[in-house]
Amino acid sequence: MNSNKEISGPVLRLDEPLSFWGGLDPKTGRITDVHHPQVGSSVTGTVLAMEHGRGSSSSSSVVLELIRNQAGPVAIVLSEMDTHIFLGSIVAEELYGLSMPVLITPKENLQNFHSGNVAHIDSEGNIKCTS
Amino acid sequence: MTLDLSSDDLEMLDGRDGAAIEMSMRIIVRLAETVKAKRLIDISSAHIDSCLYHGLSTIDFADRLVQLGAQVKIPTTLNVSSMDLLHPDLYRGDPEEALRGRQLADLYESMGCKPTWTCAPYLLEERPNFGDQIVWAESNAIVFANSVIGARTDRYGDLIDICAAITGRTPDAGLHLDENRYASLVYEVGHLPPSLFDHDEIFPLLGAFIGSTTGTQVPVVNGLNNEQSEYRLRALGAAAASTGSVGMFHAVGSTPEAPTLEVALGSKNPQESIRVSVEDLQMMRSKLTSSTGTALATIALGTPHYSIDEFAILRSHILGKHKHPEIDFYVSAGRDVLLELELRGWADELRSFGVSLVGDTCTYFTPILSNTDKPAMTDSGKWAYYAPSNLGIEVIFASTADCVASAIAGRVVLDESIWTNEQ
Repeated sequence: MNSNKEISGPVLRLDEPLSFWGGLDPKTGRITDVHHPQVGSSVTGTVLAMEHGRGSSSSSSVVLELIRNQAGPVAIVLSEMDTHIFLGSIVAEELYGLSMPVLITPKENLQNFHSGNVAHIDSEGNIKCTS
Repeated sequence: MTLDLSSDDLEMLDGRDGAAIEMSMRIIVRLAETVKAKRLIDISSAHIDSCLYHGLSTIDFADRLVQLGAQVKIPTTLNVSSMDLLHPDLYRGDPEEALRGRQLADLYESMGCKPTWTCAPYLLEERPNFGDQIVWAESNAIVFANSVIGARTDRYGDLIDICAAITGRTPDAGLHLDENRYASLVYEVGHLPPSLFDHDEIFPLLGAFIGSTTGTQVPVVNGLNNEQSEYRLRALGAAAASTGSVGMFHAVGSTPEAPTLEVALGSKNPQESIRVSVEDLQMMRSKLTSSTGTALATIALGTPHYSIDEFAILRSHILGKHKHPEIDFYVSAGRDVLLELELRGWADELRSFGVSLVGDTCTYFTPILSNTDKPAMTDSGKWAYYAPSNLGIEVIFASTADCVASAIAGRVVLDESIWTNEQ
């Protein structure tokens, strides 16, 4: 978990895992995967919540590019660690000093995340979701 | 459980071997902590996916490493580029992007990576051996290395791949470890009509079904005939890694860590056993097909890059024939395979049919297709899955034979007999 400041943002809860590469435009932050139920939604500025990532090994680069373009979520919350997403996030810190924490929460907890709620993440990485 | 770094690791992390290794080590150690690895291990080869251009940050990252003096420590191959570097005239995209793609290619070559530019590094001469610890990125290469070769790579992606190549080290985690390589999910296919498996296109469909239902577990396919060919296994794996997160699968009697179902499962009971039905495969076929009419502009084969075995099959379908003038017919392959086609005289035969051979890249993400308004047909589960999102194109998944028949007819021609006669 790579967070050291307080963050909050509207939750975008994905019904299915998303592959960032081939699934999301890093310039606009919009989901482009035609197979994804939330195609067309924007991840920009959200606390993006999904169970796990999916698919292509290019996802780290897309996450990095998304952060560079400031089109990314403010944080990503998963119930299983996705190293592709995590690496995009830590390299963004290395290269640009930009932070987009990737946090892990148990699956039961993730079920409380609904789109439209607001998620708060404290400096210790604790996540709270309020409607 | 904490990460125990060797004294060598610590010195690399401390800058002993220069700033590029220091930065790469820092990234590897953060990953190792996150995946709760106990230690780092040596690797014997790397396959780099970071060399594909996704925006300026991909160049910023490679350029930082080069500026810091990065050189790869182990044999390192490069995945596809954003353009056909040998035939740049095939590229129809933004010239600025082409220039960036070339710039990124040069940066990775300058770090000592071999300019292989293929998503099928397992077709190259220096293929890893059973049990080798490697860091490969590119999902189809990962699933092939683990499943078909029995080499060990976790599901690596961009950024970490080059860090591992520069340091020769990676976290001892995921599919590097015995305990994570056993299957926990069984896909039973032994009850399906045996003649179904005479058809190559069943394998990507089965893979697509497995990928969309497996999650992050390791699946095992039980009930196939023994010793399935490599190209069938890789089509299965490539599709499974596209529709899902599959990094390894077993096929009992065909893949090296699955001589029996019991061995593949590590003598444990599976969490679940799924009886695959003909309807499941038909459902995947419909999912991989977005166009229902007969309109057609393009045939796109070679995702992952075609092997000589697959070219032999294609050749048997096209010899002495010519495609319809209004259909474009692309086949993507690696440089080594393209060279071999020339040496065998097959390249001329393919060109005489009307095939455009594409190297170094792939047609499902690079702007190469001349017509994306009308549908394209492919024998690849991976192409069929990604192209509609990447290119905004309608797609029809079909057998290689149907792709050729359609290219000749100038419209979609599908042989439905495998679905109608055999249930």
